[in-house]
Amino acid sequence: MTETERSNESLLEEIENLRVENAKLKNDLCLERSLNNASDLPMSLDEFKRYGRQMIVDETEGLMGQLKLKNASVLVIGAGGLGCPSLPYLAGAGIGKIGIVDNDTVDTSNLHRQVLHDTIKVGMLKSESAKQVLNKLNPHVSVTSYPVRLSNENAFDIFKDYDVILDCTDTPMARYLISDVAVNLGKPVVSASALRTEGQLSIFNFDNVGPCYRCFYPTPPAPTSVSSCQEGGVLGPCVGLVGVAMVVEALKLLLGVYTRENFKPFLLQYSGFPDQTLRKFKMRGRRVDCPACGTGRTVTRESIESGKINYQSFCGSRNYSVLTEDERIDVHKFERDYWNSSKTKPYVLLDVRPSLHYSISHLPNSHNITVNELRDLPADLNNLQSKIPHLSADSEVLVLCRYGNDSQLATRLLKDKFNLKDVKDVKGGFFKYIDEINPSLPKY
Amino acid sequence: MVRVIIEFLGGLDVIVKKQRQYKVDVQLDGKDEINVGDLIQWIVDNLIEHEGDVNVFLENDSIRPGILTLINDTDWELEGEKEYVLEDGDVVSFTSTLHGG
Repeated sequence: MTETERSNESLLEEIENLRVENAKLKNDLCLERSLNNASDLPMSLDEFKRYGRQMIVDETEGLMGQLKLKNASVLVIGAGGLGCPSLPYLAGAGIGKIGIVDNDTVDTSNLHRQVLHDTIKVGMLKSESAKQVLNKLNPHVSVTSYPVRLSNENAFDIFKDYDVILDCTDTPMARYLISDVAVNLGKPVVSASALRTEGQLSIFNFDNVGPCYRCFYPTPPAPTSVSSCQEGGVLGPCVGLVGVAMVVEALKLLLGVYTRENFKPFLLQYSGFPDQTLRKFKMRGRRVDCPACGTGRTVTRESIESGKINYQSFCGSRNYSVLTEDERIDVHKFERDYWNSSKTKPYVLLDVRPSLHYSISHLPNSHNITVNELRDLPADLNNLQSKIPHLSADSEVLVLCRYGNDSQLATRLLKDKFNLKDVKDVKGGFFKYIDEINPSLPKY
Repeated sequence: MVRVIIEFLGGLDVIVKKQRQYKVDVQLDGKDEINVGDLIQWIVDNLIEHEGDVNVFLENDSIRPGILTLINDTDWELEGEKEYVLEDGDVVSFTSTLHGG
């Protein structure tokens, strides 16, 4: 780094600090003014002005509804793709108390959709970054950040102070835990999820009569069928729309729009492509035999907090360990003995990532056959030779994927199904290679 | 014969040639009534391209956990599940449960 760059950086830092200080002073001033207002008003003049446009909408019931929101508290678990769009609308609407649970830090790959965070905040705790934005947006709202991973041990203590829980997490494990704890504490959950161009949204444990997450999904999905945004991808505005829709549901819960009489269990399904649609599916009610909310409950506070309910083993994890140690090489050996070797013995480099991944970046002279294609091709070497003409049963083949998981499965398939004799998995995959050997290649 | 619409949502279309919606006439020899259980088998026989994808759709002969089945936008549990007898114009949807966020 040059001297100029360094001084630029310190200047930028100073400007940012001044900006934060300035925002804080403005907020203090705003609060002070509101305290100085006539004390017989239920809110400050600033709040009247701030919430005016929503108070004059019939559905909010005006001042009365606004005071309900002011006295309400909402806990948002996850300040990612769903949490980022929902949090500012909660704060903007004047929810009196907002909690944010997230122990993750901001990464550049989050920013296309997690728009509360920004480029300067890469590396910062997401819960802290979000809190900063909300504090600037609305000083009348008290925001608490919980930079922890939600667990059996801490969930009850965090949940107890909130009226409504927003599940903005990204794994079945977290979703079962949140639902179970909410049922035990008698709180409703607005639960949503998104992947690629689609999203889903439901309300669980409505008024302690509605179904819970376990009623909808008594059996967890096989771990191999669960796709994360990192793996399957996601469009920012699609997950964003679902996050915003969560707040509409949270407002209805807090304003008392839903009643035991009119609430019907539902699942909203949003599709962004090819035409945008929002479908409402009518869903089952509570299961009598639900272990969490049914008659013979076994998922109790005691069984959760003691760890007797083990979400990890309940949901399972993927097993990629299908290779022996001598069927694998690390990226350094790959670089030394193959990629950058002067001996240049012939070998085939097979990249098994999906073709879109491959087209973003790949090593030259590699071949691309996905692990699913290997699974679906009939077990005949000819089928591989039509894609890689110089391949023979004796060829030395090195297999690569994004993180080194699928490549293990592919190595097994090549050896057992296609009877290739010499196949090795490159441990940690293409990204490990980029990290440790050649950081000039694009990672995505 | 029954004329129905079948939908594959939540990314499930990858197992049926990436087509989200099918309008189909389902005819089964010797059957006057076709129920959702029959339709599921028909989908396995006619729409799922790769044998390896069948276990994405089915587990122990029923719809795999993690997939919701809807009959005319209603949870199939409320409609009799596999026993529901299809009528012309019915829409049967399968959607993967999403987990990302």
